Amino acid sequence: MIQSFRENRRLQGFLLILPTLLVMLVMLVLPLTLTVITSFGQRDADGNVIYTFTLENYWRLLGFTETGWDDLYLGILMRSLWLAVQTTVIVILMAYPLAYFIARAPEKRRNFLLFLVLIPLWTNFIIRIYAWVMILRGQGVLNSALGGVAGLLSIPFTPFDFYPSQGAVLVGMVYEFLPFMILPIYTSLEKIEPNLYEAAADLYANAFHTFWRVTVPLSMPGVVAGTILTFVPVIGTFVVSDILGGRQVILVGNLVQRQFLDARNPPFGSAASIILLLMTLALTLYYTRRFGLGEEIAAG
Amino acid sequence: MSSTKRSPWLTLTALLVYFFLYAPIIVLIVFSFNASRTNVVFEGVVNQGPCGPFYWYCQLFRNRDVMEATRNTLVIALTSTFFSTIIGTMAALALQRFDFFGKNAAETSLYFPIVTPEIVMGIGILVLFSAAFGWINAALALAPNQRLTMGLGTVIISHIAFSIPFVTLVVRARLHGFDNRLEEAAMDLGANELTTFRKVTLPLIAPGVLAGAMLAFTLSLDDFIITFFTTGPGATTLPIYVYGLLRRVVTPEVNALSTIWILVVLVVVGISQWFQTRE
Repeated sequence: MIQSFRENRRLQGFLLILPTLLVMLVMLVLPLTLTVITSFGQRDADGNVIYTFTLENYWRLLGFTETGWDDLYLGILMRSLWLAVQTTVIVILMAYPLAYFIARAPEKRRNFLLFLVLIPLWTNFIIRIYAWVMILRGQGVLNSALGGVAGLLSIPFTPFDFYPSQGAVLVGMVYEFLPFMILPIYTSLEKIEPNLYEAAADLYANAFHTFWRVTVPLSMPGVVAGTILTFVPVIGTFVVSDILGGRQVILVGNLVQRQFLDARNPPFGSAASIILLLMTLALTLYYTRRFGLGEEIAAG
Repeated sequence: MSSTKRSPWLTLTALLVYFFLYAPIIVLIVFSFNASRTNVVFEGVVNQGPCGPFYWYCQLFRNRDVMEATRNTLVIALTSTFFSTIIGTMAALALQRFDFFGKNAAETSLYFPIVTPEIVMGIGILVLFSAAFGWINAALALAPNQRLTMGLGTVIISHIAFSIPFVTLVVRARLHGFDNRLEEAAMDLGANELTTFRKVTLPLIAPGVLAGAMLAFTLSLDDFIITFFTTGPGATTLPIYVYGLLRRVVTPEVNALSTIWILVVLVVVGISQWFQTRE
């Protein structure tokens, strides 16, 4: 018996994976199944879920109402998507030079420079957003600094309304997810063999060509991984917009949260959540098929 | 990558990005010494009571809510890291070294949480637990004080669930270059499975397991969204507590707390770095 167990690698492998499968069944498969079922339901006057089969919630999300066409919810979806795209692009543009700078630093100093990127992550997500409130609000640090500069140059100065606004939400998103782009890009840049650069130089490539034809393609796995690690959380968050957008900026995350906690309409919230999931899966699937799977996700 | 001459523009850009990363942290620390309670404008350094400029730091330790939230956060992070590291490492071993029934399903289910927005998982778990608890409470006709509710338990199990895929990913990356012959050699020399695992496999994958555990711990400490949907009475974590404060007034105590937090992290990481370089 024991001997046959030792020989049976299939059984051993299955026993090793069993706890994971159980956790994923209870905490992923069951919740999602129940969310789908709820999204086809209705609610009664008290906010309790009645399990029926109706597509009403989905029609409402797409804009069909009793009073005619209303693109409120489609607008929210599009706004979330657009903000996630903007955030990801800005984060790549900021992360790439820094990752490149660290990868080209003397080997001894790289760990320290990388460590500097991580420290802000160890404060707290919510506290980091709150720090931006302190910077961006009317009487905040940024306006005081600008006012000080204007005073020195004797230019009249009226404080800007940085907060709350959609711009403030964008700044907060970029700030929160920047380290998750720097790490994977750095990992893929660091792997590039130095003799590839020598080869490029031998073949008379100038610095720009070497960068564009050697460095950029070889760092793509890092960019892909970073994009997933940025785009997925940004498109689903409701906290950054809640705090820095001050109720003006409603994203799909805010919509879902409010349907569950304020409006007490779980079926409609579930439908919005399922649409968010499908949208995210479709985009990441398309993106990873197009640019390859992000192996560097592990580095993040 | 070799270090070659760097253009001054690259250095300048890097410095600007670092400045962007650190500006909020510096603001947080400076405002922890603010004389103003409302914490909007910096009105000079506080000098009050026996603690002087560290007034808010002393207030912090008298604040029971903050202390309880800190304790909850640590309990949740430590417990969920412990379990997710073990389960995730087992999964990594299984996927990297074994063939078994349901391997594809396991691979997919581990990739899924990474590409699923947290709020989708959060409300899914909320829907499941509220339905299950409602059903159990009704079926067993439990008295109000015995009823199952959301709390520390639900938060911990949710954190275990979302950490496992990340632990598995990190440990698998480490197993990638693992030489199976080392284990075979140990067995040939008469070691049994347990000894081989303890003396050969574990030391080789230990850095990966440690990195996975660190990642799980960080993710748990920082998590807001899933905690928000799975928490209940008596299970307020620091992120949830600060989020509640944001709707009213945030006093400089919160700044003092994050300053201490950063210092603790720096000391812990500094010590571990020191040990690593000594080895």
